Amino acid sequence: MKIEVSRQKVHSEFAQKVEEISGQNLFACYQCGNCTAGCPVSFAMDLGPHQVIRFSLLGLEEEVLESNTFWICASCLQCTSRCPKGLDIARIMEALRLVILRKKERLDRLEVAELSEEFLERVPQIALISGFRKFSS
Amino acid sequence: MEYLYFPGCTLYTKAQNLDEAGRECAKVLGFELKELSNWTCCGATFPLAKDNIMALAPPARILAKAKEEGSALTTLCSVCFNVIKRTNQLIKGDEEKREKINTFIEMDYQGDVRVLHYLEILKQEMGFDAIKGTLKRDLQGMKVAPFYGCMLLRPAEEMEFDDKEAPTIFEEFLESIACEPVDFPYKIECCGAFQSVGAPEVATECAYAILNSALKNGAEAVTTTCPLCQFNLDSRQREIREGHKDFPGIPIIYFTQLLGLALGLSVEKLDFDLNDVDPRPLLREKGLL
Repeated sequence: MKIEVSRQKVHSEFAQKVEEISGQNLFACYQCGNCTAGCPVSFAMDLGPHQVIRFSLLGLEEEVLESNTFWICASCLQCTSRCPKGLDIARIMEALRLVILRKKERLDRLEVAELSEEFLERVPQIALISGFRKFSS
Repeated sequence: MEYLYFPGCTLYTKAQNLDEAGRECAKVLGFELKELSNWTCCGATFPLAKDNIMALAPPARILAKAKEEGSALTTLCSVCFNVIKRTNQLIKGDEEKREKINTFIEMDYQGDVRVLHYLEILKQEMGFDAIKGTLKRDLQGMKVAPFYGCMLLRPAEEMEFDDKEAPTIFEEFLESIACEPVDFPYKIECCGAFQSVGAPEVATECAYAILNSALKNGAEAVTTTCPLCQFNLDSRQREIREGHKDFPGIPIIYFTQLLGLALGLSVEKLDFDLNDVDPRPLLREKGLL
């Protein structure tokens, strides 16, 4: 993948928004990769959490928002718990979901109508409530 | 001792096998669970966005209500425990947010209710040794893998529950009811959580990795404290079998069901028919039914 970094992009408005919503300082990350190594769902991600943090800091908004990383994140806090710099990475993933969900287009990732009757019958409330809170505006 | 009890949404419906057994065991062990009146859903996720104060209103209201009715609040569900405990810590430590939340819910709560998980009552308030003297059924030799999942443990500095990488409370519990705890490397991993609705195939892979690890280490059953872990590990075995024909299957049993079994509760009260993978053949084989 070819990536262009420019002085205008680095720590852009996008990166600042992520920092504001998450309350985390993206500059603190030194790319050790501990978050990605311990992530139980990184196998399904196109970018590792550490890459998403780097890309966000560099202001690569499009590359970050097109990745599936923060939609696959299960907020299990394993990365947060193991980050040697004390970054709460799960909060950064939440911020990225919200950057999209708070846009006026309200591009929800999950629609009730898409879930089958059989599944709704089977699934516990706790999964539906937390799912809709994470994936819809 | 009396504890206010917050069941949470799922325990009234899909997880009655966690709820009923827990209530019945408390009666046998001599502590009272008084259900919090007019409780609402806790929200099922702790809001991770710093500016999402609104999502703190339901758990804050639950806590403020608990303060009016008692001094210690307990849950069986790990997710409820996580949301309520983290909210309590935030209200206690963040004056600005406390004021904002109190203004919003029109109550005055300072963060001074004790929030305990049921396992903590067993360990810290009763003592696991006290359980040992009350056993009516012999679970000796049953190899059970304790699955902690995420919500009981993380973030450790707020949950103050156990060691975040090598917890032992669940093993101690299993030993107190004479089960043989099976240590396995996936015990603090994630079950896939709400990805069960977002990316079900991801949750299925998580469950497969966890169960495979438990089986490889000799477990005959896995035990959980959380209806979401239970769903992903238990019900998802249907999907696991589709992709892995040789997967043998393993019963997933709530810790309260195991406790109830050991305390001699009648089988009707333990609702084993609600578990997706039927644990009764294993229990029969062990001479427990």
